Amino acid sequence: MTYLTRYPDRVLELLRQHLVITAIALGIALLLAFPLGILVARRRSLDVPVVGVLGVIYTIPSLALLAFLIQPFGLGLRPLLLALVLYVQFVLVRNIVVGLRGVDPAILEAARGMGLSSMQSLAQVELPLAAPIILAGVRLATVTILGLATIGAWIAAGGLGVLFNEGIAQDNPDKIQAGALVIAVLAIGLNQVLLWVERWAGRWRTG
Amino acid sequence: MKAIEFRGVSKQFEGAPRPAVDNVSLSVDGGEFVVLLGPSGCGKTTLLKMVNRLYEPTSGTILVEGRDIREGSVTDLRRGIGYVIQQTGLFPHMTVAQNIAVVPRLLKWPAAKIDERVDTLLALVGLPPQEYRARYPAQLSGGQQQRVGLARALAADPHIMLMDEPFGAIDAITRTRLQGELLDLQRQLHKTILFVTHDVEEALRLADRIVIMRAGQVVQYDTPFNILTQPADDFVRDLVDAHDILRQLSQVRVATAMTPAADPLPPDDAPLLHPDDDLREALSLFLRTGANSLPVVDGDRVVGRVELASIRARAEDNRTPTASPKMP
Repeated sequence: MTYLTRYPDRVLELLRQHLVITAIALGIALLLAFPLGILVARRRSLDVPVVGVLGVIYTIPSLALLAFLIQPFGLGLRPLLLALVLYVQFVLVRNIVVGLRGVDPAILEAARGMGLSSMQSLAQVELPLAAPIILAGVRLATVTILGLATIGAWIAAGGLGVLFNEGIAQDNPDKIQAGALVIAVLAIGLNQVLLWVERWAGRWRTG
Repeated sequence: MKAIEFRGVSKQFEGAPRPAVDNVSLSVDGGEFVVLLGPSGCGKTTLLKMVNRLYEPTSGTILVEGRDIREGSVTDLRRGIGYVIQQTGLFPHMTVAQNIAVVPRLLKWPAAKIDERVDTLLALVGLPPQEYRARYPAQLSGGQQQRVGLARALAADPHIMLMDEPFGAIDAITRTRLQGELLDLQRQLHKTILFVTHDVEEALRLADRIVIMRAGQVVQYDTPFNILTQPADDFVRDLVDAHDILRQLSQVRVATAMTPAADPLPPDDAPLLHPDDDLREALSLFLRTGANSLPVVDGDRVVGRVELASIRARAEDNRTPTASPKMP
């Protein structure tokens, strides 16, 4: 554990890079997943093509996916972000679809009958009701991205994975342990915070 | 001007063998409580849902307060009509106060006015605002949820209320109490109410007039008393024919069975009826006093009379066999 105490600035810098990668990847993934999920939720015929394809992408080993993306995009941040975004689409879209479809049709009819437009119904009724399930997907996606982003070091995208690479190359288990510890604490912490958010969003359920 | 008017309205769902609603023409007066009654599949709910355009008629025209409902925006139409469905219609993620505030917020009322309105409505439906404003629907009983549903529909003070089997999923005792409260409310508010049910007693008790439907068509449209005493055909007779005539009479209000009259006020100790009495109470008064005709007094004036003979007509009707000879 001496690496962590001896070079806190280096670890902090790599942690900052890691968090930036995670935040950007999650942000883009959400921007993509919401319109896609809402569309699929409303059209059952899109189930197989969209969710099916995303499911296939999800099963590709992450290193293979990354290797595949290096060819057109080269090294660096871009192929990494793309891989992370593609990878978590399945979890995000699936949960958005399941969440929206789970809303009681009687409630949708009440919303329509009271004069909510379809956008108002989506924003004020459907998404809030689906929120606990959607947030469960966001939590899973966040933790997945956090862990997966460590492979970014292989293609010079930075992040805490750099400690693993160097640790292996220099036969320095201290570095590897330091990286693993920070990643683990980060993943457990974020998971817990998002779990609280999830419970708060579903506070109406238990009563 | 009629509050609601159906002109030759039909609704044919795709793939259905016959229209759900078949050439219905009828009108509802302002302030009238009209119940749509019939077995499931008779088209009563479809007819109701065409008023706020949840369904569009295949042919025909519907006028609300004299205006074709296809003029203007559909959301504006809906925001101006109260809508109550079975208890599941409350938004479970919103508190009681937020649920009631939905339409006022859509109409962009100022926050202070909405707050005040929420409190007024909760008090009106018998839920103390301090205690209930912040609760979620899951924390309420079925009866309380339906009270909130009613308050929500009343929020923007619409002239017209559409109620789709609102008490259908509620236990019998609570249902009876809610029916009584709805009648009390209606006496204060004078809304035009279109109310769907398959429960004959509920219809008899609540309605000023009942629309009886079968296979998409209106079979009879009349007061509860006339439907009991002069059923249009065997279908209506069978539908309303409970074995216990006294129980049935107890569901019909004197107000819907009297013939209007403006006689002088009877002396203080003379037997008289109130418009909200039921016909069973009227019958017992007939039997006790030996009278053949009783005045109906509302406040300090006579508003009508009820004849013993017309109640007896119903009882005798019941005694005769109803099966009509059928041709092979």
